[in-house]
Amino acid sequence: MHHLAEHERIVLTGVGLVAPGATCLSEFRANLLAGRSGISTIDLRYMGTVPAGICSFAETKYRKKKENKRGTRAGCIAVYCANEALADAGIDFSGYDRAETGVYLGLTEHGTVETENEVYNISRYDYNVDYWTHHHNPRTVLNNPAGEITMNLGITGPHYSVGAACAAGNAALIQGTQMLRLGEVDLALCGGISECVGSFGIFASFRAQGALAEHPDPTRASRPFDLARNGIVISEGGCVFTLERLDRARARGAKIYAEIAGYAMNSDARDFVMPYGPRQSECMQRALQRAGLEPRDITIINTHATGTRQGDIEECKAIRQVFSDCPDTWINNTKSSIGHAMGAAGVLELAGNLPSFTDHLVHPTINLDNLDPDCNLPGIIANKPKPLDKPFTILNNSFGMVGINSVVIVKRFDEK
Amino acid sequence: MTRGEIRNVILEIIEDIDEEADFETLDPDKPLRDQLDLDSMDFLDIVMELRKRYKLQIPEEEYPELATLNSCVHYLEPKLKDC
Repeated sequence: MHHLAEHERIVLTGVGLVAPGATCLSEFRANLLAGRSGISTIDLRYMGTVPAGICSFAETKYRKKKENKRGTRAGCIAVYCANEALADAGIDFSGYDRAETGVYLGLTEHGTVETENEVYNISRYDYNVDYWTHHHNPRTVLNNPAGEITMNLGITGPHYSVGAACAAGNAALIQGTQMLRLGEVDLALCGGISECVGSFGIFASFRAQGALAEHPDPTRASRPFDLARNGIVISEGGCVFTLERLDRARARGAKIYAEIAGYAMNSDARDFVMPYGPRQSECMQRALQRAGLEPRDITIINTHATGTRQGDIEECKAIRQVFSDCPDTWINNTKSSIGHAMGAAGVLELAGNLPSFTDHLVHPTINLDNLDPDCNLPGIIANKPKPLDKPFTILNNSFGMVGINSVVIVKRFDEK
Repeated sequence: MTRGEIRNVILEIIEDIDEEADFETLDPDKPLRDQLDLDSMDFLDIVMELRKRYKLQIPEEEYPELATLNSCVHYLEPKLKDC
């Protein structure tokens, strides 16, 4: 990708996000550098109290409470993130046409929360479906959160969701990049959203699988690579990026966070839940190849590791295989601070690392007290940030159930 | 229920749908939709809430009876007289 024309080079120019403990990138970055966990607990129907990442933000900053009530939690998060991203990018649609703007959101799932709530609602009316809400279908169609953004902003270009389990955030970012390169749109709002903490079923299913984190102190529950890790902490959250072609971004004097350098997605084609390192390493290699980079050119690897026994080991094996002789490659994990934001994970975690290009720090993986020898990678940054001379690239891993892998590589924007 | 009580129930349901609804200048003889931020889905919310509260089944062909505040009261008065 070294010889792309300006209009084929895609840059990231705005970030809007909501994470446990943060409502904008600067807050998020400050938490990550300070090693502050955003995890608390949730008391959920049928589940009792469990660790979870809950987001608190100005829900009525960009639309009325009435619209939040009618829509979904995912839609509410999405509308906030999209507006924040546009504001951050300085885009007010005077220079971009709303008809030439696309909205692409990654979702791990959608409709689970709304369906559970409705079943609970009719349980109070002897399961009489006359009491089932007419809002059910518009709330649960898969394009709902992206569609809520278009209604809020009057965007008339395409909008849809990309379903790719926990690789979905990256998948949407890749989709946005591709649509810009194809000339299908001039501006892409892309990212990922999670409202998963509203679903007892998602918690219960992870628990049944032996993959739901437990810890007396919720801020210590998410601990990828640690010997005492015992599963996933589920979080809600969202992150939306504005993506533009370099020529258009330059013409309007946009601030450029990073350039999309390469990406790849592939499938394990093996198992419903178990990750598969060899395919993950193929995915990383393919992304590197597309970016025209060697493994040693990667400054930061932001891992997907969720804190499950097998998942973390499998990813470490994959990284070890690709990055065997890379003394200047550093490895971190954002889930240790914010839990697993599912469809939002890939993009939120990428966002949390973007400031490395300006503050020259690698944020640490927290709660790493006793490194699992099977996760012992030489470059893991534990508990304290690491200063660097000049970070050049970030490789972001995101993998998901039913064997879907995604890798996105971004690089520091270089005028040349 | 008295006409006044029914009126208050309707306003309460609308307020629950949109807490920013302004009833100060509401003309009870003019369509609610022309005066408040309500659409067809909101009217279905009103119908659902009446069903939940009073087990009232309002047939679809009678939805137009709910157009104004006074028509709501007029239509609901006989149905809610024992509530």
